[in-house]
Amino acid sequence: MLRACLRGANATARNNFGKTRLTNLQHCRHYTAGETSGGGAAKVVAAGLVTVGGGIGGTILYAKWDNKFRAAVENNVPYSDWLLGLALGPPSPKSGLPIKKQEYKDCHEHQDTSVTAAVHPDTESPTATEPLKERPVEEVAAILAQQDQEEQDIATCSLEESLTSSAKATLQAIGAQEAALQAITRHTLKLKEAMEAEVPPQEKSAQWKDLEAALADRTGAVNDAETALSKANEALDSLKSVIDKSKGLKVSAVRPLVLAAEENLHNMVVDLDKVVTKVHSAESEAKIVSQYSELVNEAKQQFQREVSSLTPEIQANWKGLTGKLSSDDLNALIAHAHRRIDQLNRELAEQRVREQIHIDAALEQQKLEDQKALEKAVSTALQHIKEEARLEQERKLSELREVMEAEMRTQLRRQAAAHTDHVRDVLKVQEQELRVDAEQVLSSKMLEQETRYRQLSQEQLDNFTLDMNTAYARLKGMEEAIDSHVVAEEEARKAHQLWLSVEALNYTLKTANADIPTVPLEGAAQAVRDSCHDSDFALALSSALPEESLHRGVYSEASLRARFNSLRSLARRVALIDESHNSLYQYFLSYLQAALLFEEKQEAPPAQLCSEDLDPFKLLSYASYCLEHGDLELAAKLVNQLRGEARRVVEDWLTEARLTLETRQVVSLLSAYANAVGLGTTQAP
Amino acid sequence: MADEHGRKWDRCLADTAVKTVTGLGVGIMFSVLFFKRRTWPVSLGSGLGLGMGYANCQHDFRSPYLIHGRVVKDQ
Repeated sequence: MLRACLRGANATARNNFGKTRLTNLQHCRHYTAGETSGGGAAKVVAAGLVTVGGGIGGTILYAKWDNKFRAAVENNVPYSDWLLGLALGPPSPKSGLPIKKQEYKDCHEHQDTSVTAAVHPDTESPTATEPLKERPVEEVAAILAQQDQEEQDIATCSLEESLTSSAKATLQAIGAQEAALQAITRHTLKLKEAMEAEVPPQEKSAQWKDLEAALADRTGAVNDAETALSKANEALDSLKSVIDKSKGLKVSAVRPLVLAAEENLHNMVVDLDKVVTKVHSAESEAKIVSQYSELVNEAKQQFQREVSSLTPEIQANWKGLTGKLSSDDLNALIAHAHRRIDQLNRELAEQRVREQIHIDAALEQQKLEDQKALEKAVSTALQHIKEEARLEQERKLSELREVMEAEMRTQLRRQAAAHTDHVRDVLKVQEQELRVDAEQVLSSKMLEQETRYRQLSQEQLDNFTLDMNTAYARLKGMEEAIDSHVVAEEEARKAHQLWLSVEALNYTLKTANADIPTVPLEGAAQAVRDSCHDSDFALALSSALPEESLHRGVYSEASLRARFNSLRSLARRVALIDESHNSLYQYFLSYLQAALLFEEKQEAPPAQLCSEDLDPFKLLSYASYCLEHGDLELAAKLVNQLRGEARRVVEDWLTEARLTLETRQVVSLLSAYANAVGLGTTQAP
Repeated sequence: MADEHGRKWDRCLADTAVKTVTGLGVGIMFSVLFFKRRTWPVSLGSGLGLGMGYANCQHDFRSPYLIHGRVVKDQ
């Protein structure tokens, strides 16, 4: 009926649900007819996709540009390193600063190769001295030798280089100076020619042009000479500085080279000075000649001016124009000429008078100039000589030094040989002494060891005998202990066996299921009997088990309880029936009573039963209570009080209950006994 | 033992029913055959049957308490 109801309910529910679904679809169709909601969703999705794609693309681009950002992203976002690796390739190593430093280093290296050549010696010596404390002597010597070699090489290279460069420059300067000299002399000659020679006017202009060209040549040559001279001076200065530096080095092998370089330098300086003096003298001569030419030109111009002031129409070359001059002009000219002649005569007289003074003054001037030139020459010569003397001295010094060094080396060798001989003798004597001492010590030690050994072996023997005795005694004790243990274990085993069999018996009691009795207890009882041969108590108990339980088994309390519940109703129904009242009418009355009378399902029995409690209904409720609380014994006792038909009806149940109780009692007694025996055989620690 | 009660009742009722029906039948037969379709043989027959069944039932239920004894005369 319930299923029918459910089916009906389901059907109605389904119907209702179906109807609502249809209506929903119709509603949905209305909505889907419009475009707004669908279009809106698509737009949202598209916008989201665009945003996400843009974010990812931007992140990748920025990570490509900035490695730190890339590292940060890779650290914080999982699987981003895989994505970035796909997009950009593996991350480049940290190359920011170190590469720049490398570049700097390279640049510096390229630029300073020439400088380091000179700086190297200075820097290397301190670096060599610092680890001196750590490196052994041979290494230091090797390093120093290597350093010297390097320095020498560097010094020689630098010397040679500077020598060659300065030689070149000096030669160049000398050549330039000679060229200048040539140019100057040419110029002066030409000038002299131009001044003194009486050549026709056409050639005069050509001459003047030549002169100008020569002048230009001269100035050019002089400039070149000057520049070459300055260059040569620079080169010589650098050579000097290099020589000084190499002198500063303490390497002896470089000295002859240094000396040679110095001599070369000196020679070059001398040559250069000579050429320069030549050029200066030529220049002074040229100056005189130019002064003379200037004076002549000035006089000519003066005369020209005078003539032109008198006769402005006359051209420069008046010699060819004598026919064109008027008498006045001629007269004026003659007068002027006379006047000029007078003037010149007067001047000449004056000059003659002052000739001596002028000559003296000129002589004085010349003397002064000569003095200056002499002083200059003397000073330069002095310098040169000083330089030569110094060079000579240095040469002598180096030779002397070599000689001294060779001598010192031979002396040192001699000393070393003497030292080795002495050391050898001393060592021999020491060896003898040490040997004697060592042998003495060895013999004493050997003796000591012998005595110790003998002592130890004796001790060992004694200990061994002692140990053997103790071991023998212990062995005896152990054997006794083991024997007693064996006995005790046997006892314990038996007790254990008994206990196990009793437990098995106990267990068989539990094998009762609902309404099925237990397995027959015969086997377990037999096992118990077997395991307690020597215990009369246990034997008596095991034989006290009721036959029925042995052959058929007993019912469990639960099944008895269940049975009682069904029996109770029957007992209630036949409560009025007994030997005297047993007609059907009585039966009817009894049934009526049972139907109408209500008693407690369970009632706690009092400690003592009075006559009122012997009412079957009461008894049954008491028994129910007892059964519910697990007291089968009391329940059986109470049920035993029933009389008449009720009693007959529950007779079976009562016997079963009695059987169960008996078996349980025996088994509990046996288990108590087994526990006691087991405890007794347990050895306290 | 409890089952016996139930069994007894089964037997009893079956027996009574059978007897009653048989008596009813015999009564009907007698009524039809010999007594000109009067009702009194039917009721008599069914009554007889019912009574017999009742008596059997009662005897069955009483059986545990019945003591078959013999009077022993004092000599």
